[in-house]
Amino acid sequence: MKYEDFIDNEYLEKMAEQLREGGTNVVLGCLDDLINWGRSNSLWPLTFATSCCGIEFMAVGAARYDFARFGFEVTRASPRQADFIMVAGTITHKMAPVLKRLYDQMADPKYVIAVGGCAISGGPFKKSYHVVNGVDTILPVDVYIPGCPPRPEAMLYGLMQLQRKVRLERFFGGVNKQIGKKEYEELMRRDLTAEKIDLNVETEHKL
Amino acid sequence: MWKRNTSYNMTIREKITAWEPAAEWSAEGDGMLTVPVETFHDLAVRLKREGFDFLRSLTGMDWGEGRFGAVYHIESTATGENIVLRVFTPAPDKCGLPSVGDVWKGALLNEREAYDYFGIQFLNHPDMRRLYLRDDWVGHPLRKDYDPALNPLRMNNEVSQDSTPHFELMPDGSLIRKREVIFDEGEYVINVGPQHPATHGVLRFRVSLEGEIIRKLDVHCGYIHRGIEKMCESLTYPQTLALTDRLDYLGASQNRHALCMCIEKGLGLEVSRRVQYIRTIMDELQRIDSHLLFFSCLCMDMGALTAFFYGFRDREKVLDILEQTTGGRLIQNYNVIGGVQADIHPDFVRRVKEFIAYMRPTLREYHEIFTGNVIARQRLVGTGVLTREDAISFGATGGTGRASGWACDVRKRHPYAMYGEVDFDEVLFTEGDCYARYMVRMREIEQSLRIIEQLIDNIPEGEYRTKTKPVIRIPEGTYYSAVEGSRGEFGVFIESRGDKSPYRMKFRSTGLPLVSCLETIARGAKIADLIAIGGTLDYVVPDIDR
Repeated sequence: MKYEDFIDNEYLEKMAEQLREGGTNVVLGCLDDLINWGRSNSLWPLTFATSCCGIEFMAVGAARYDFARFGFEVTRASPRQADFIMVAGTITHKMAPVLKRLYDQMADPKYVIAVGGCAISGGPFKKSYHVVNGVDTILPVDVYIPGCPPRPEAMLYGLMQLQRKVRLERFFGGVNKQIGKKEYEELMRRDLTAEKIDLNVETEHKL
Repeated sequence: MWKRNTSYNMTIREKITAWEPAAEWSAEGDGMLTVPVETFHDLAVRLKREGFDFLRSLTGMDWGEGRFGAVYHIESTATGENIVLRVFTPAPDKCGLPSVGDVWKGALLNEREAYDYFGIQFLNHPDMRRLYLRDDWVGHPLRKDYDPALNPLRMNNEVSQDSTPHFELMPDGSLIRKREVIFDEGEYVINVGPQHPATHGVLRFRVSLEGEIIRKLDVHCGYIHRGIEKMCESLTYPQTLALTDRLDYLGASQNRHALCMCIEKGLGLEVSRRVQYIRTIMDELQRIDSHLLFFSCLCMDMGALTAFFYGFRDREKVLDILEQTTGGRLIQNYNVIGGVQADIHPDFVRRVKEFIAYMRPTLREYHEIFTGNVIARQRLVGTGVLTREDAISFGATGGTGRASGWACDVRKRHPYAMYGEVDFDEVLFTEGDCYARYMVRMREIEQSLRIIEQLIDNIPEGEYRTKTKPVIRIPEGTYYSAVEGSRGEFGVFIESRGDKSPYRMKFRSTGLPLVSCLETIARGAKIADLIAIGGTLDYVVPDIDR
């Protein structure tokens, strides 16, 4: 929210002035900015990689490129604790439902980065019988990082684009609840009785 | 090398022809013996008794017009003799071959692969499930008449079966289908992967436990099966090169070297000595890169995060050298048919020498921080033992085989490029445990440095690339070339029909034998040791699945 959008700026500023005179330090700002500042600087990735790009992802985490400088170092092995998923590598037909399931297990707000040619479009394996042509056919992708594999610098640039995106979001009433109240309740109830629906399994085998 | 193999083949060829008068020799390319299917299993048993204990490669084939079969590359570890056998399925409509999994254990997973690709049923194979594709996949993708429209993307989750079909041949010639149980109802089965940080990619195990002890292990591959072999059939030879780099990305240079060697062999093309030098140095740099990553990842899996950063710090130095000359960090796309893409960078020699001078003392640092550590030793020494017989039977080459005392280095067995002329030791251990597998790789870094040192000052002048025709056609026949990849024998098998693209191209994966021997190693071990075992086997999953 911009400064001009506040309706009673004057009243707030006067109050702050009074408080400062009394010796209390007050800073006025927007809570969304504060939260987004925190969120964008501690994005936790899921340790997920299928192929070559995963090695470069590891290199980004290691000594020279060190993504801890930007707050990405807490890689989580469980999707339930991760903020975003780097789809690093080719996604095949057999992997696609697994990836979807991982994404579904992540808590909102969550983000997806498609790393490398394979995740963007199928890359060199576009014509293969077993490769998904672009991970955006199954997941909503926030940032694309092209390359085969992308250089670590490119990955850092892509990660920083994600940070930019996070900073511009409205957290309250926005990304913290991306769905309506009714839908939300339904989802919660479904989580409790998660059996067949969440397992996404066809009961009958078609051959 | 090529001539010598032929002369060796004569002797075993004659023996087989004496046992099996119906065997036919076809001389195109490498040459192979076609043996009748009825007595193939007996022949396999006999060959094994003759010392042919190493099944290098098993390739399923579709020769068109409903003729299916398999090609077997077999080697005797004692004498180094090689023989290539070809078997046809009995009739066009019947796809049954006898399984040789009881002779060479490495055949078990390879036969499942052939079943998956071509629908060839292997009789008496205990586990005839698909290896890579989903159980509900329709058809067999490497058949020439396969229609990709049959298999749209399915987003429903797969259910893992607890039993498996298996085919037995009745005396009257008919097949019966039986079911074999993998996991009983009462067994406690846990799932590891495909999304698990310690499987180094998207490999999946189902492990049956009794307390902490592993009783059974069932490997599921195919989560990164990209269908490279089928794709190669519609690409021209120079186009296929790009895909090999992405198989085992930690052996990109070596993989491509193998394919270039195989195509050059088919074309009868000699590359200059300068190229041989450059390729050898690049292969060794790649091996150092891979072993450093092995060290880093193993340490991280064992909980030593500091060592992970040490390994990656030094790995970047290798990547810098590779990048300066080739333009690629991880995947270099450097070798081409007849040479290399570009000449080495003027700084190359100086930087390689600087790196060698830096790396030797750094290795001592590694040993101080990790090798001598009490926790590391307790987790590695004595766990996950693989015997020499099993290593050979499974075809587990590379550091894994050498840790079990099997001298399986392709650089020594079938010297290629400059390896025949340089002086280096094949690192051998006999314990076969995790610690030996770890130490083999650490010692191999030293040997790689030694090889590079001998070559780097003497790179001869000459062309870095021999001119080839714009359209490359390999004469009809079958060709097999192998190199020592970062984690074992990486082989390329090409069957050419004289076209500009291969009729069949198969890559002998370095990782598949490692995964197939995993059950044998892990049975009886603790579940926590599975991580150490997997880490020291050092497989790369896209190379297993291809």
